[in-house]
Amino acid sequence: MAGQSSGKRRTAWLWYLPLVLPFIATLWVPFYSSLEPQWNGIPFFYWYQFLWIFISAALTLFVYFTTNGKN
Amino acid sequence: MNWIALAVFVLLFGFVTILGFAASHWRRGDLDLLHEWGLAGRRFGTLVTWFLLGGDLYTAYTFIAVPALVFGAGAIGFFAVPYTIIVYPIVFVVFPRLWSVCRHHGYITAADFVRGRFDSSWLALAIAVTGLFATMPYIALQLVGLQVVIGAMGLPATGLAGDLPLVIAFVILAAFTYTSGLRAPASIAIVKDILIYVTIIVAVVVIPINLGGFGKIFAAVPPAKLLLAPPTADNLGAYSAFATLALGSALALFLYPHSITGVLSSNSRHVIRRNAAFLPAYSFVLGLIALLGFMAIAAGVDKAPEFADYFKRYGSNFTVPALILNQFPAWFAGFAFAAIGIGALVPAAIMSIATANLFTRNIYKEYVNRDCTPKQEAQMAKIVSLIVKVGALAFIIFLPLQYAIQLQLLGGIWMSQTLPAVLIGLYTRWLHRWALLLGWASGISLGTWMAATAGKTAFSTSVFPLAIGGLTVPGYAALYALVLNIAVSVVFTVLFDLVGVGRGRDSTAPADYHV
Repeated sequence: MAGQSSGKRRTAWLWYLPLVLPFIATLWVPFYSSLEPQWNGIPFFYWYQFLWIFISAALTLFVYFTTNGKN
Repeated sequence: MNWIALAVFVLLFGFVTILGFAASHWRRGDLDLLHEWGLAGRRFGTLVTWFLLGGDLYTAYTFIAVPALVFGAGAIGFFAVPYTIIVYPIVFVVFPRLWSVCRHHGYITAADFVRGRFDSSWLALAIAVTGLFATMPYIALQLVGLQVVIGAMGLPATGLAGDLPLVIAFVILAAFTYTSGLRAPASIAIVKDILIYVTIIVAVVVIPINLGGFGKIFAAVPPAKLLLAPPTADNLGAYSAFATLALGSALALFLYPHSITGVLSSNSRHVIRRNAAFLPAYSFVLGLIALLGFMAIAAGVDKAPEFADYFKRYGSNFTVPALILNQFPAWFAGFAFAAIGIGALVPAAIMSIATANLFTRNIYKEYVNRDCTPKQEAQMAKIVSLIVKVGALAFIIFLPLQYAIQLQLLGGIWMSQTLPAVLIGLYTRWLHRWALLLGWASGISLGTWMAATAGKTAFSTSVFPLAIGGLTVPGYAALYALVLNIAVSVVFTVLFDLVGVGRGRDSTAPADYHV
């Protein structure tokens, strides 16, 4: 964009890094493939995945706000 | 014959039919123009896009098949959740670029973009044909979802009477899609999504109360199904299958023509970015829907004598209807079945519009009638969307269900092979157009071969046991094929550049991806 310094451009991609977290959290299966600790009778494997639905959405919203001017 | 359920079902169906036809007046535009009929004039804001994409991506088949998989195979069926978790960061980062360049150049399909970017009509044709072949079985499977709930209400399943409700639903669908284009499924998606959210939230509150709590539900699931089988010394087993299914499916989802149609119909790139943060609400619903599979085990629906015939007829696809009939009064069953049935109409409509857009722009206009007028273009698309739906209906009525399931399985593998040209192409033109075509062909070949040889019978599974050294890594064939695809594309790019094979002209400029 006109007027934006090249330095800012080069580091703009860093703001997107939080979006890598959901990949690591959900694709590294050994980390969460267990029954314990349970929550309300629900095994860890299942409530962990539900939790990451919310965390990823929150991260995406966060990145949306922090990158809004930086197109 | 469940008259009460049927009455509620017909009422809701009638309502959305009226809505579908009325939609042609919504955000008025000249429906004789392809981008008005096929992309609703790119007018949809954040909320409508949320309903549209939600209705588009979370299909009737999803609601039937995911619980069926969890019911039958257990934890592995849950891959749908991480799949829909990681898809949205991809959408957030990548798809605004596609939106911008398509808006700027008037592109309606992914193949349009590839044509402009790489100046290769062969590559564009490959992308278009892949989209066509991958989407058509998917439309057929939506009709299957409809068929199961119609059967669940006690309507006859065999002979002409059995096919009649499906044909009626299809005719309604075809009619309002023809007249209103994308506006029809967009308006109906609002109703569908509300019905689904209400149904699932009620189900997830009421059924555990009926069954004694989540603890009791999970306790009823056999241990082998409750968790993924841990890897052994020489086989990564369910772990790698689970992760690769999630990743591979996430990479492919937004390459499908109906996803791209949904994305391109929005009125700004920010609509896409915002939706990437809000669409996960549907992932939450999908996770709850998956849990219905376990609730069905706990409720013992597979042992109930009144459902025995139905399970024989529909297999594990009957899991969700059985659970609903078992746990709820007839009127709510009608409500829930309407949610699923309408949930078939929305994606079927969008998929048929998307395939029509593809055929019209990238085959008809490209190869048959270069100088067609906008009106001819739109007219062709309307007719094609009709033909595609008739084809899907004929497929479901006359051919065994297995064929549609197998084709859809292959479709997912094929769709992934368009990733290098479309997604990588959004960032760089370094890959050579002919190398991309070779890569695509390699990926399609390997993926198809893997699906054919992976299971006990051909095309029964898409998880291929890849042997690396002494270790077996079962993984989604789409992902393995994609790796080969990219490798071939890279190697041949270097080779072709060395020899000096022409790269053609890029019609896009870097700024186009940011407007």
